[in-house]
Amino acid sequence: MNRHLLSIADLSKEEAVNLLDTAAELARVTETPVKKLPTLRGRTIVNLFFEDSTRTRISFEAAAKRLSADVINFSAKGSSLSKGESLKDTALTLQAMGADGVVIRHPASGAAHRLASQKWMSGCVINAGDGTHEHPTQALLDAFTIRENLKEPSGDLAGLNVAIVGDVLHSRVARSNVLLLQKLGAIVTLIAPPTLLPVAVNTWGCNVKYDFDSDLNSFDVVMMLRVQRERMEDAFFPSEREYARRYGLNAARLSLLNSRCIVMHPGPMNRGLEISADSADSDKSVIVDQVKNGVAVRMAALYLLLGGE
Amino acid sequence: MSINYLLKNLKDASGKRIELAISNGRFVEVKDAAPDSEIIDGKGLTAIPGLVDLHTHLREPGKEDAETVLSGSKAAAAGGFTAISAMPNTNPIADTAGVVEQVFRLGISHGICDVFPIGAVTLGQQGKILSEMGAMRSSEAKVRIFSDDGHCVWDSLVMRRALEYVKAFDGVIAQHAQDPRLTHGSQMNEGEVSAALGLKGWPAAAEESIIARDLLLNEHVGSRLHICHLTTIGGVELIRWAKKRGIQVTAEVTPHHLLLTDELARSYDPLYKVNPPLRTERDVMALREGVVDGTIDVIATDHAPHPAEDKDCEWAAAAFGMIGLETALSVSYKALVESGLMRFEDLVERMSGAPARIGRYEGHGSLAIGNEANFTLVDTATNWRVETPEIRSKSKNSPYLGLELPVTVRHTYLRGKEVFSQ
Ligand SMILES: [Zn+2]
Repeated sequence: MNRHLLSIADLSKEEAVNLLDTAAELARVTETPVKKLPTLRGRTIVNLFFEDSTRTRISFEAAAKRLSADVINFSAKGSSLSKGESLKDTALTLQAMGADGVVIRHPASGAAHRLASQKWMSGCVINAGDGTHEHPTQALLDAFTIRENLKEPSGDLAGLNVAIVGDVLHSRVARSNVLLLQKLGAIVTLIAPPTLLPVAVNTWGCNVKYDFDSDLNSFDVVMMLRVQRERMEDAFFPSEREYARRYGLNAARLSLLNSRCIVMHPGPMNRGLEISADSADSDKSVIVDQVKNGVAVRMAALYLLLGGE
Repeated sequence: MSINYLLKNLKDASGKRIELAISNGRFVEVKDAAPDSEIIDGKGLTAIPGLVDLHTHLREPGKEDAETVLSGSKAAAAGGFTAISAMPNTNPIADTAGVVEQVFRLGISHGICDVFPIGAVTLGQQGKILSEMGAMRSSEAKVRIFSDDGHCVWDSLVMRRALEYVKAFDGVIAQHAQDPRLTHGSQMNEGEVSAALGLKGWPAAAEESIIARDLLLNEHVGSRLHICHLTTIGGVELIRWAKKRGIQVTAEVTPHHLLLTDELARSYDPLYKVNPPLRTERDVMALREGVVDGTIDVIATDHAPHPAEDKDCEWAAAAFGMIGLETALSVSYKALVESGLMRFEDLVERMSGAPARIGRYEGHGSLAIGNEANFTLVDTATNWRVETPEIRSKSKNSPYLGLELPVTVRHTYLRGKEVFSQ
């Protein structure tokens, strides 16, 4: 495995499957009474969050602690885009603190790449979401959740039909998932209004549909993406009501899904906009599993990046 | 010190053997060379008229940590330029006679390179009220070119009026073609790479739609329109169409748009962040073709210095722009001459003769007898490597760092005075 986890594009299929298998093993261990592993004792992991995301930060924190690492939470919200050198200055500070690994969440696409490629610091870098680029551990936990529910506990996702629905254009979750799920053999279909798809989406190798209602029962997985209400002001769609009607997962659509289909959402949800309450809480929903699996997958990432040293 | 020279054993850009006699800062016939002329052996060197840049950002007044008229002049001379055109987006903005005269006088007092200020089209480059272009024209700086560069003159009515107004004094409006609504927050070319990188796209149509509009406006009012930094296939085709139709227009392209593509953004290194953005390989090829067939009249640097901290950060936070004065000739040579598309003498015409004519920069752009002796001696057989310590510009934001480039500039002369030598 590479020294950093910046993009799903950097992972081979074998590395991705290995990471998922490692996560499965670690998940089993943490279900035993002794929840902590000594693997990263004496190592320092910094959670560097330039954007609010309590759920992701807590997930990484729990993962690091279960591997016995020391965790420092460093939040620098709002300081970066206005004054660019703060990423560099922060990195120099982390270097001085002796960080072995940095988990970075940043509003700018490519921020994790910059942190890893400049000589600012020597620790390994895990991208916990960079702008509208990628969120690799989210995709890995999604793949893990899909595999756990629909496949053997090991191996890939060959042949599964996965729909990713919503604001693909601005979604780092979608980018990472398109790369990872296809790498693992799944057939990915993006469903969105054309305004919320990148112009060159045809180069991504997946199917693209503008209509959520056709062939709904063909999907094994329906992954809903969060839609930010502000998008409406930039004329991406006419109204929340129209968006919810055309692209929301509501009770009517839920009833048309096939029996084994699972419903996913990376959170936080806008209930009533992209997903109705009954869909989110239905027995098809694996949204709670996603949160739980996040810890195991992040443990695996930390373990594979830092544990071997 | 003698200012009379006789340079022997030179070649011109076409490879023909020539001698140059310079007396009192002008080219004279060799037979009329002053008897006290210092004789210089130019073996291995090619003499070209001093390069002329129509698009330079010098940052003085206002941001002297990035570049000054002095450091920019030195960089220009090192790149073989004897005339550069200072864009008005300084602080204060060059929208009055006072500011353009200040910049012009700085250029004269340094005496390294002629600095021709470009005046803002609109007050504060706000795109609303015309600046006093007549006063800038009548000033000591004799401003000929007006541009809101960095911003587009977006309002169609303001653009129409500006084009009309400068007809009174043979001015030219240099348009930075960028629809601001279509490019709000844009970070790079919109396409496959931006989709993968999650960086906000800058669509080609945002440039082409403004070019198309301005061509039609100028067909209607018959003024002089110059399109800055073309970057797209569509833009080249529009200009080609307009010229065929008889619309008065000239166009420029930068060396970086002739060589680099948006693939470089995959590194997320802001050295490759520039406005207008690097486009695709297909665009690069169309731009080269445009230069070769004369659709594109000039190569201009869009030299845009930025201090290190404005590039040593994440992509979105970084400033747009790259320096280019010292690499322009070499990069253009690599893209056009080395690739076999164009003869060196034609490239020199695009970088010297044509821009001098568009800017009405008398005394530049030609080695003709009687002309001011503004010329450059280059070594086309020797490559050089771009390294930070060698860069004369105050800013080091070059996308070519570490790259080996063809053509080495050896000497630059301004009115017969050697202003650069290596
Ligand atoms: Zn411009």
